[in-house]
Amino acid sequence: MPAVSKGDGMRGLAVFISDIRNCKSKEAEIKRINKELANIRSKFKGDKALDGYSKKKYVCKLLFIFLLGHDIDFGHMEAVNLLSSNKYTEKQIGYLFISVLVNSNSELIRLINNAIKNDLSSRNPTFMCLALHCIANVGSREMAEAFAGEIPRILVAGDTMDSVKQSAALCLLRLYKASPDLVLMGEWTSRVVHLLNDQHMGVVTAAISLITCLSSKNPDEFKTCVSLAVSRLSRIVSSASTDLQDYTYYFVPAPWLSCKLLRLLQCYPPPEDGAVKGRLVECLETILNKAQEPPKSKKVQHSNAKNAILFEAISLIIHYDSEPNLLVRACNQLGQFLQHRETNLRYLALESMCTLASSEFSHEAVKTHIETVINALKTERDVSVRQRAADLLYAMCDRSNAKQIVAEMLSYLETADYSIREEMVLKVAILAEKYAVDYSWYVDTILNLIRIAGDYVSEEVWYRVIQIVINRDDVQGYAAKTVFEALQAPACHENMVKVGGYILGEFGNLIAGDPRSSPLVQFNLLHSKFHLCSVPTRALLLSAYIKFINLFPETKATIQEVLRSDSQIRNSDVELQQRAVEYLKLSSIASTDVLATVLEEMPPFPERESSILAKLKKKKGPGAVSVELEDGKERGDYLSHSNGSSTPSPSADLLGLRSTAPASGATPSAGSLLVDVFSEAGPSATSAGVNDDGFLRFVCKNNGVLFENQLLQIGIKSEYRQNLGRMYLFYGNKTSVQFVSFNTTVSCPGELQSHILQLEPLVEGGAQVQQVINIECLTDFIDAPLLNIKFRYGGALQNISLKLPVTINKFFQPTEMAAADFFQRWKQLSQPQQEAQKIFKASHGMDTEVLKAKLLGLGTALLENVDPNPENYVCAGVIQTKAQQVGCLLRLEPNAQAQMYRLTLRSSKDTVSQRVCDLLAEQF
Amino acid sequence: MQFMLLFSRQGKLRLQKWYVPLSDKERKKISRDLVQTILARKPKMCSFLEWRDLKIVYKRYASLYFCCAVEDQDNELITLEIIHRYVELLDKYFGSVCELDIIFNFEKAYFILDEFLLGGEAQETSKKNVLKAIEQADLLQEVYELVL
Repeated sequence: MPAVSKGDGMRGLAVFISDIRNCKSKEAEIKRINKELANIRSKFKGDKALDGYSKKKYVCKLLFIFLLGHDIDFGHMEAVNLLSSNKYTEKQIGYLFISVLVNSNSELIRLINNAIKNDLSSRNPTFMCLALHCIANVGSREMAEAFAGEIPRILVAGDTMDSVKQSAALCLLRLYKASPDLVLMGEWTSRVVHLLNDQHMGVVTAAISLITCLSSKNPDEFKTCVSLAVSRLSRIVSSASTDLQDYTYYFVPAPWLSCKLLRLLQCYPPPEDGAVKGRLVECLETILNKAQEPPKSKKVQHSNAKNAILFEAISLIIHYDSEPNLLVRACNQLGQFLQHRETNLRYLALESMCTLASSEFSHEAVKTHIETVINALKTERDVSVRQRAADLLYAMCDRSNAKQIVAEMLSYLETADYSIREEMVLKVAILAEKYAVDYSWYVDTILNLIRIAGDYVSEEVWYRVIQIVINRDDVQGYAAKTVFEALQAPACHENMVKVGGYILGEFGNLIAGDPRSSPLVQFNLLHSKFHLCSVPTRALLLSAYIKFINLFPETKATIQEVLRSDSQIRNSDVELQQRAVEYLKLSSIASTDVLATVLEEMPPFPERESSILAKLKKKKGPGAVSVELEDGKERGDYLSHSNGSSTPSPSADLLGLRSTAPASGATPSAGSLLVDVFSEAGPSATSAGVNDDGFLRFVCKNNGVLFENQLLQIGIKSEYRQNLGRMYLFYGNKTSVQFVSFNTTVSCPGELQSHILQLEPLVEGGAQVQQVINIECLTDFIDAPLLNIKFRYGGALQNISLKLPVTINKFFQPTEMAAADFFQRWKQLSQPQQEAQKIFKASHGMDTEVLKAKLLGLGTALLENVDPNPENYVCAGVIQTKAQQVGCLLRLEPNAQAQMYRLTLRSSKDTVSQRVCDLLAEQF
Repeated sequence: MQFMLLFSRQGKLRLQKWYVPLSDKERKKISRDLVQTILARKPKMCSFLEWRDLKIVYKRYASLYFCCAVEDQDNELITLEIIHRYVELLDKYFGSVCELDIIFNFEKAYFILDEFLLGGEAQETSKKNVLKAIEQADLLQEVYELVL
């Protein structure tokens, strides 16, 4: 037993702890503890009143026993008694016991709260701190109810001691996290924000945690903190390493506070005020510069503290995602860390780069480190670092490096730790699908996955490969051949048998010409695996057999023999037995025609979000997020290239066209048109109903993909002048088979006139054809023209009806006017029927730039400095029809807090006001 | 920060501090799982790992492991230095601290932690100020004892 150091000695406690430590076995320990518990219980129950010291000692023993992992069901009352002791150490032990062991005994809470209340009002700072610590440690709702009103007052009062302020701030934070509804800053908000200016660094350090939490929940109310935080940060960053005295940590000035300031700024967009922004950028540059300076100390604490600030600064730079220069510098800095001798830094650099990879400014810079990252995946000795490297490879993957990355991930999988295999498999499957340029590569990759890590290939993955093979006839023969070869392996994974059974059952005929893979050879190969498989796989194989009977009549006798055997037809499993009986019967009584109909090739699957992507999103992980960001970026590309620029955007996503698609008659921009596939997956349709899914997407834009299903993609480009419009439609045949009798018609409402140039009736596989439609607006209208497309694909008639995105606003001429003019005209249009108004909930983000882009896309002029409220938007335009011109004024009032809009339209014609209002209300 | 654990190389918990509401059962399960995970790691490995949806930051000082669980957006390196500062505080208070000091004076270890971190956030990062607060409290008690 060491000599008891400072403070009070509790000899009894020290003896007890020694006894426990000397126990040779768990049993002996339990015996000793039970003895002690009995002793304490009797002392607490005894007639003799215990003095404060004894009570403290016993409560402390109970606490020790609890911390050893034993249950304690008494002593709470004694601990509460200690709270009201006027001796500091007794009070302190009482509070400690309550903090560690409190349960929701409401009677007790009332007593505890009473004691806390007394201490809070004692004006003794030491007692106040004890009470605040207790609230912060327990943080229960009852305490929030009792003290959430009082603590903000203590926090901002002028005469509160600094140490009490610090405790009060963090106490409030804990209560806010537990019961945000009870903690209302209200009138205190501004004074709390100004704690950022406090002279005492400790107060700022504590208060900023509270401010950050509150800001992240109510950014608008706390936004004044941005400029305060920037100036505080700037003062710290530019201070010499000794200026801040004890707040300097190993020559780094206030590292904790710096990190917290940078973290707070991440609750907000870049500062709008130019001076503040300039100052902040300066700080960030200084932090990046300091990283290059020689260290002021060799101690790891120095470099850790310095780099903690650096990483937080990089997080902020990534969060802003608007300063290409800083982003690239950040990326270079992280690149240096990738090769650092400290494992911790390599880990963090990999992690941080993962987020950089999704910024369009730094994606390319990140890609330059691919070799280092691959090397990390191969050589890092720590699995958590390898995991980060795998995540980063996934995040930096794009079309240019997909093959390399997928190959590296596959080879890593062979030796990967079990804990991360399933996620790795999903990622490889997603990358292979997302960046497949030729589908034979995709098929190879997935089959390799099954071969290497079959146990970790979830259903989603092998379902997906089958969906894709079924939907793409150009890869079916290859898939059949490859899977046939894979099945030759003496031991192959059951998932391989599943994929093999399904694919050979559908497409075995494509390789049956080769005597080495004749029908019977195929069947025998599959059947040789049968007895090793589980029931669901056997069921699948039985279905493959009946498909064989249809594909290859010559196998009928053999297969019937198998189905007829006792092990099938009398199988104890109901599902298997039923399949065997039914398939046997079907094969013997159905005519070839009936059989051919029943067992026809599977129709294409409707396209939807890749099931494996959905699965990865469900498993949390930075990788999952980056896929979405990637999509967003592609969309961005689309916008920047859509004006006929000749940059072809690669877009061979499985959901989209083959990259070889643009062929006859394709305009240079057609390639980029296709990219919009990413934004909305096309609906499935061979149905005759009118499809207007795409219609509303084109109210504020003129170009994009109007429609898509497995066979056909229709892109659109349109331009309007006065009351005339011209629309170019691009029909892309996504299959490798020609469409015949291809015919399109447009039917217009009476208010419009259209002229359509007819097409050739043949559209070759993989080709794209262009059609021009001219439109004239006679007078205002509501109904859009209907486009009807008919063609034959493999004998089946396809019939598609679409609403063409011709809306009244396309004929807007923007009108610029000054505020006075606007309001004069606004007043002139004050009759009730001239106005249309809608109040609606925001269904997208309320970002200013996006809103502006949409309003400009509407065709009106966006008038700046007209509305007295800068949050509002007003626009003006004239709709040009052949019969008349209709002046139109618009006002949009967003309410960010309620996530609502009010939209008001006024025009000289009631039908126009109403129609524009209806259309526009769907856009936000 | 969601919680902090101190445990020995034998896996014995020496101190536990929870900043989020969890039942006793959950706490025990978390400590058991985490202690096992960390003890299984080799000495030169990285100080950070992903564990469930948390980031774990840990460091070994002599026979004791100090381990913090922080949230996704929290800074790993600064958390590592939180651990170090706490060790410094213990060291200064006990005078070259060892595991036994923490076992026999566990309540002091808790008090020092409460002065340094509150609700899972740094309350006072100045070593002087934290120790001053603790010494004041010790003094207060001595004064009371004199009065008796």
